[in-house]
Amino acid sequence: MTDMALLEVRNLKKHFPVKKGILSRTVGYVRAVDGVSFSLRKGETFGLVGESGCGKTTVGRSILRLIEPTAGQVVFNGQDLLTLDVEELRQVRGSLQIIFQDPFSSLNPRMNVGKIIAEPIRNHLKDTKAQTRDRVAHLMESVGLHPDQMSRYPHEFSGGQRQRIGIARALALNPMVIVCDEPVSALDVSIQAQVINLLVELQEKMNLSYIFIAHDLSVVEHISDRVAVMYLGRIVEMATDRELYQNPQHPYTQALLSAVPIPDPEAGRQRILLEGDIPGPLNLPSGCTFHTRCPKRMEECSQKEPIFKDQGNDHWVACHLI
Amino acid sequence: MSEQSEPLLAIRGLRTRFHTYEGVVNAVDGLDIEVFRGETLGLVGESGCGKSVTALSILRLLRCPPAEIQGQILFDGTNLLDLDQEGIRNIRGRDISMIFQEPMTSLNPVLTIGEQISETLRRHKDMTRREAWGRCVEMLRLVQIPGPKSRSKEYPHKLSGGMRQRAMIAMALSCNPRLLLADEPTTALDVTIQAQIMTLMVRLKEEFETSIVLITHDLGIIAEMASRVVVMYAGKMVEEAPVKELFKDPRHPYTQGLLGSIPVIGRKFDGGQRLQEIPGMVPNPLEMPLGCRFNPRCPRTMSICHQQEPPVVRLADHRRVSCWLEANKRDD
Ligand SMILES: Nc1ncnc2c1ncn2[C@@H]1O[C@H](COP(=O)(O)OP(=O)(O)OP(=O)(O)O)[C@@H](O)[C@H]1O
Ligand SMILES: Nc1ncnc2c1ncn2[C@@H]1O[C@H](COP(=O)(O)OP(=O)(O)OP(=O)(O)O)[C@@H](O)[C@H]1O
Ligand code: SF4
Ligand code: SF4
Ligand SMILES: [Mg+2]
Ligand SMILES: [Mg+2]
Repeated sequence: MTDMALLEVRNLKKHFPVKKGILSRTVGYVRAVDGVSFSLRKGETFGLVGESGCGKTTVGRSILRLIEPTAGQVVFNGQDLLTLDVEELRQVRGSLQIIFQDPFSSLNPRMNVGKIIAEPIRNHLKDTKAQTRDRVAHLMESVGLHPDQMSRYPHEFSGGQRQRIGIARALALNPMVIVCDEPVSALDVSIQAQVINLLVELQEKMNLSYIFIAHDLSVVEHISDRVAVMYLGRIVEMATDRELYQNPQHPYTQALLSAVPIPDPEAGRQRILLEGDIPGPLNLPSGCTFHTRCPKRMEECSQKEPIFKDQGNDHWVACHLI
Repeated sequence: MSEQSEPLLAIRGLRTRFHTYEGVVNAVDGLDIEVFRGETLGLVGESGCGKSVTALSILRLLRCPPAEIQGQILFDGTNLLDLDQEGIRNIRGRDISMIFQEPMTSLNPVLTIGEQISETLRRHKDMTRREAWGRCVEMLRLVQIPGPKSRSKEYPHKLSGGMRQRAMIAMALSCNPRLLLADEPTTALDVTIQAQIMTLMVRLKEEFETSIVLITHDLGIIAEMASRVVVMYAGKMVEEAPVKELFKDPRHPYTQGLLGSIPVIGRKFDGGQRLQEIPGMVPNPLEMPLGCRFNPRCPRTMSICHQQEPPVVRLADHRRVSCWLEANKRDD
């Protein structure tokens, strides 16, 4: 897609086997991620949006190989991460980090904050105790926590503070890429703003690249440079942030954007209401997987799969209308 | 909302506290709210500010003890807090019903959707089994559940999240309640499904003239659904205003901070990428700050804010602010 890509995801697939019976025979596959391609440039934020179950988390975790993808390539610094062995993977891990949605369950409740943040340092670097301590203190400061709270435990912190702890841990090894999986969804609005601002600041300071996963379209728009919209395991539209939000081409993107409540009581607007629910990923609809809900579907939509094409200006759409 | 008419619901000086092992939590601390016929009142505020406890106090769904409820909750002139168990049970589901964020809190997993809805109808409306069943199918059709006849024979766990939420709304509205308490009714749902449910609620409200108390932390939903808004912070009302005024001219520093901290699509291109922040976090309910409860986070704190609670300043009918800045303006 571009030669400036820091990370390139090509045709990524993850199919979870569905097992049944006492012999746990595989009776089918959940095609959670079904051919996703995109690239991440240095210093940019790439937003990934879509409704619950569309495969966002699976994409994020497959990239880091926290789950093993079924097929595809993830090229980082010229290396395909999916072909690395355990030791090789360990060496690049420091450069690729993840922040989780749930600041409550993602931190070990029995470790104090200093230990939690120091863990990746101890696993990867040969720092002395004092060096590690200094580093942790510095990391805590950079995310707005007091270093003198190092010996406290996660339950003594609020949601927003716990998310800061998660960010500090992700920063410990000077990563280049951070996958942020719904990092603010569990937080109150006023706390969300603190964490979003922090992520933006750190990005500028450390030249980080983010893959920012969220279902909240306003948050994604705010933080991203480019955005991809997922539906049932595939990207249906991808463009720069401004282009996608001002000129959505795919009927699903159009409906999604029209459904976002606008915090302005005077903003009258037309809403595109979709029929029905999202189909389960076990039996994907034929042809265009959105055809069961698409207000603009045509004959061919249930038969032929639309191709994901560039409209020029790096605006990609998968729809027969285009 | 005519000025002379009596409010359908008038909450006066509501205080709900919990006696816990660590101490007393004053979850709702002196709340006054009025709801008129056919209007939607929005109730917003951060997690733990007392929104759900307010709704649960109205229907007396809190176990007492550990809860203790004081004040008056006048529904059509009757103080709900004076009713005996039988009295409040007759009101629940018939005159006032509630929908929750998580539909399984109010749906019974071992009864089919149809059995649950018709049971409510037969209890409150004196219907025969056949009449109740007919009405139930009609309600499910109204909330746009496809194939309502066969769906009514299904158990809740067989339905998708959005479908369950609709079934719960059907149940809540089946007896034509005069007041609907909707506690984060769409928070757990995807935006496209949320849009369906919100459109549905507006339509049903217009059809049945139901009054709604809409609890949410989503200011977008408030802007689209509510006619009037009460903003709560740490168990107290900090501001009340008609919805347009609240967004155009917020007076309380907390409301101002809240409105500044939400990302709005398109705004960063003219306003820059920094969101306004409210520093710090909500106070621990066991150690409320002295004076104004917002003072540790307020950018405009004055010395009096640390000493005395601000009075509620009434700027107009249903336009109230509880802040020393407004109180001082009045004194000048
Ligand atoms: N370990 C697993 N085994 C089987 N199916 C799985 C597994 N993990 C995820 N899935 C399924 O894969 C699909 C995609 O899940 P994923 O968690 O990636 O979605 P998501 O977009 O992150 O959703 P959400 O917004 O709810 O977090 C879902 O249908 C999910 O049920
Ligand atoms: N049963 C209980 N015992 C003790 N404290 C309680 C109980 N129920 C609620 N509280 C406390 O009362 C306060 C108000 O809670 P409430 O559930 O009303 O908040 P809320 O505004 O609905 O928040 P959210 O947005 O998270 O739903 C909180 O501090 C909460 O911890
Ligand atoms: S391909 Fe057809 S069904 Fe799919 S989004 Fe386009 S118009 Fe709709
Ligand atoms: S009373 Fe004082 S501390 Fe409270 S909101 Fe007003 S100015 Fe801020
Ligand atoms: Mg997810
Ligand atoms: Mg609540």
